[in-house]
Amino acid sequence: MKRFLPLLVLLLGLGYLASAFRPAKAKTDFDLAGFGRVPVLVNGRIKPLDTVARTSLLTLQGRQRVSTPENSAPFVSAPVEWLADVLFNPAKADTYPTIRIDSPEVLALLDVTEADTKIAYDSAAKRTMAVLGFLPSHKSRFSYDRLREKLPELDRQARLADPIEAQLRTPFQKQVIAVRNRVVLYLQLKTAVQMPDSPDFLQELELFQQALPAGVQAILAKQRGAPHDEVTVKVMRQMADRIAYMEQLGHLRVVPPAAENTDPTAWKPTGTALLEAFGTLKLDESVMDYARLGRAWRTGDAATFNRIVAKLHDSIEPRYPEAMRKSDVEARFNAAGPFYRSMALYVWAFLLAVVSWLKWPRELARAAAWLLILALVATTGGIFARMWIEGRPPVTNLYSSALFVGWGAVLLCVILEGVFRNAIGSVAGGLIGFATLLIAHHLSLGGDTMEMMRAVLDSNFWLATHVVVITIGYSATFLAGFLALIYVVRGLLTRTLDAGTADALTRMVYGIVCFATLFSLVGTVLGGIWADQSWGRFWGWDPKENGALLIVIWNAVILHARWGGLVKQRGLMALAIFGNVVTAWSWFGTNMLGVGLHSYGFMDAAFYWLIAFVVSQVAVIGLAQVPLDKWRSFRTAPAA
Amino acid sequence: MSPVVRQFRDFFVSLKLTVVLLSLSLLLVFVATLDQVNLGIWAVQEKYFRSFFVLWTIPGAPIALPVFPGGYLIGGLLLINLVAAHVYRFAFTWKKLGIQLAHAGVIALLVGELVTGLLQEDSSMRLEVGETKKYVESFREHELAILDRTDPQFDEVVAIPEALLADERSIQHAKLPFQVNVKAWLPNATLQMGDPSGRADLPRANQGIGPRVQVIPLPITYKSDEINLPAAFVEIVTTEGVAGTWVVSPIIGMPQSFQYQGRTWEFAIRLRRQYLPFSLTLLNVTHEVYPGTEIPKNFASRVRVKSDDGQTDREVLIFMNNPLRHGGQTFYQYQMNAAGRMSVFQVVSNPGWILPYVACVMMGLGLTWQFVGSLVGFIRRRAAADKAEPAGRRAGAEIS
Repeated sequence: MKRFLPLLVLLLGLGYLASAFRPAKAKTDFDLAGFGRVPVLVNGRIKPLDTVARTSLLTLQGRQRVSTPENSAPFVSAPVEWLADVLFNPAKADTYPTIRIDSPEVLALLDVTEADTKIAYDSAAKRTMAVLGFLPSHKSRFSYDRLREKLPELDRQARLADPIEAQLRTPFQKQVIAVRNRVVLYLQLKTAVQMPDSPDFLQELELFQQALPAGVQAILAKQRGAPHDEVTVKVMRQMADRIAYMEQLGHLRVVPPAAENTDPTAWKPTGTALLEAFGTLKLDESVMDYARLGRAWRTGDAATFNRIVAKLHDSIEPRYPEAMRKSDVEARFNAAGPFYRSMALYVWAFLLAVVSWLKWPRELARAAAWLLILALVATTGGIFARMWIEGRPPVTNLYSSALFVGWGAVLLCVILEGVFRNAIGSVAGGLIGFATLLIAHHLSLGGDTMEMMRAVLDSNFWLATHVVVITIGYSATFLAGFLALIYVVRGLLTRTLDAGTADALTRMVYGIVCFATLFSLVGTVLGGIWADQSWGRFWGWDPKENGALLIVIWNAVILHARWGGLVKQRGLMALAIFGNVVTAWSWFGTNMLGVGLHSYGFMDAAFYWLIAFVVSQVAVIGLAQVPLDKWRSFRTAPAA
Repeated sequence: MSPVVRQFRDFFVSLKLTVVLLSLSLLLVFVATLDQVNLGIWAVQEKYFRSFFVLWTIPGAPIALPVFPGGYLIGGLLLINLVAAHVYRFAFTWKKLGIQLAHAGVIALLVGELVTGLLQEDSSMRLEVGETKKYVESFREHELAILDRTDPQFDEVVAIPEALLADERSIQHAKLPFQVNVKAWLPNATLQMGDPSGRADLPRANQGIGPRVQVIPLPITYKSDEINLPAAFVEIVTTEGVAGTWVVSPIIGMPQSFQYQGRTWEFAIRLRRQYLPFSLTLLNVTHEVYPGTEIPKNFASRVRVKSDDGQTDREVLIFMNNPLRHGGQTFYQYQMNAAGRMSVFQVVSNPGWILPYVACVMMGLGLTWQFVGSLVGFIRRRAAADKAEPAGRRAGAEIS
């Protein structure tokens, strides 16, 4: 039985990954998957509505599920169903708790009291879990309906905070602006294809179409001072005001350019397309189609809904085959969620590998290695999918750097595990893989992770060389640090670190530090050459450049200290752990300074996590200074 | 070899020194990065990297204490350490080739940074569409330009650099028929309309705009997005006596002039200019953003380059990551105001620009050589061990 354990685990892991590709069971007759693949242009990129739904939910409320803590059943089956409600049936969407507010001050501002945030769990078990902190103790997501009344005050406070420089804002001001931006995003979605207050927008548009020729005549007549029907002019003006409001909030560009327009980025928001109707006297067909979708969705007419979704596909497909292909793949990629699946696999690989040090070393280590490889394959697939969709090298922003740092480190771990077969690679790989994907998840809360590149960074050659090489340098430095952590924790607290394993770990750390030196040095110098090419100086002492330099210097310190005999095994480990601190600083700390050309992501909450990480690493370095005869592994180890 | 010399040698070739110096540089770079929030990037470079010691001024006392070795000291010692260790331990073996090459690359990099620090000149050229210029301007340094405007065909210019003005001395130039006395120099100041008699600490300007403006000294700014705007009180003394005192500042839009010996002279403080043997004409600017965003997609400027010797006359497109290299100068797209039809280039001349490229190749090759060599050695040893002992048994022994 024991012998088949690795195979069993491998099959379970494969099944878990394969289940990601199984199409979700259709609970409705509506073709929601097809609707999710309809492309729109947002933030400079053509993407499927499915991506819009997911990134909007992440930005609004920090997760993709729409539910309340009391009721485990979600309101909608998929993010795109929520989006359909927001676009077509806002009265219903307004009741979903999807706007996240953490700050008690902002909650008080919006008149949300303790009675509102209290969670009435239905079972004693859940209540106990909440007290222990495993379940949320109070609500942090609220519906638009709940907040509606006090929104003018929120807007006023945000306007007061707007002129203040971002870095100088108080926590309250930052939170007010964050919540205001969430509400604005929600309003933008609500007004993307129809006026939310219209009982039947399709009918409104049809009437508008009929009244348009006479209406424009009347307006022109009024301008000339000729006789005209005052009521018609008034109705037209009201309509124009409504459309102008839609145009102002225009965010989703759902209307593809006219057939003769070859600019693939000339998509328009609904409001703009409708305003143009005053000149052309004709309503755009896409605008009408979305209005038809809306009516079908509200009335439960699945057949019409599906027919129009198919029509939208058919009309866009031949004009933008490439964009449609990418849109399709992106929707599938979203649904498969390779990075979330990998996270689970990394945790299991880590657990199995740790247990292998105590029991069934061969079988469990092998099972862990299989899971690690599966997770690596899944993340590789995910990264390749992103690269193909974006048409870019793997690292383009902080989010993708987190994916890639994890990927590089896990790849090295798989190689180490292949060579040493002592489960250390699996433990380190599981830990780093999970941690980096968790970081990536939190970075994704900022919005679409496939954003457009600023002109100054828009160079695939340098993104593919400098950025990739330096990111592998980060991976390797982190890996050396995590291996060293394993050495200290295992040696000090358990009896499992025998002389052979300690030796193997030392060789691993040394080898990985050499590798890290190579990549971080070459990557840093390549970055200098890029800077020389685009800004006219090889080195500008910019915080991000300095951060990269610190990693190079620290790796060089480790190597020279080792060569000079200044440190032995334990000293090497302590130095390697400090490498974690240096790399974390260079990766995130430099972005928090808010100066320099490179600071592409300023984060607040992350600052406290960075401090916590640094403190934890320094604590382990302190632990490593405990005299060797107090280490559990070495106290009892034979002299050999 | 005497013991003292040997001690010296052992000190300078030791790896301990390397580790200490590297650790010091780590601290220096880290603290300098943090200090950028207060000082800005330019002042930090001067204080931490282009200095032998980092000075700390005791609050309330005009004494600056050296508290930490600066970039020149650490970099210089590292260079000595590296070269000394190389010379002392040098022995050619294939195995060590990688390390030697990598360290030679580090030497090239350090030397390159020194050359850049000493010889690189940064300036800018700001052009509106249709405009032609054949000079570049400094980013921060000013000069006092005295122009002979008598001949409508061309101007004769005498430019006095900021460093000379700051000495507040008398200046006599062969091309000027008068003496220029700098009575006061303010490194950063602003001007406002009003009676200057309120400020007794400054000289009185009795010519040009002088009697109508107040000069208000300002503290020197270190912010990267601001520049210091200097002001000076300049007295002109001819053979016939004092002609008067003028106040000059880049804030004064139009030049002030005076007549002497039938010639017209103008003064102005302006950004220091360097004339080029060719001219640039801005033909067109484009600034694209991604639709529905403010994210810039591309900045591009189309320019015509025309050299004085008539050998060059061509159009060039300068855009992000694609500068124009011509006549020892490199023009980079720096800022743009597409609505105002205006473009600014950063202009750099750096004779040492090739060194980092050489260093990169040497270090990359060296480290790769070393790394691959170690890896191959490791795999061979591993294979040999596998032969000596079946893999299963060894693995089991290592894990249990």
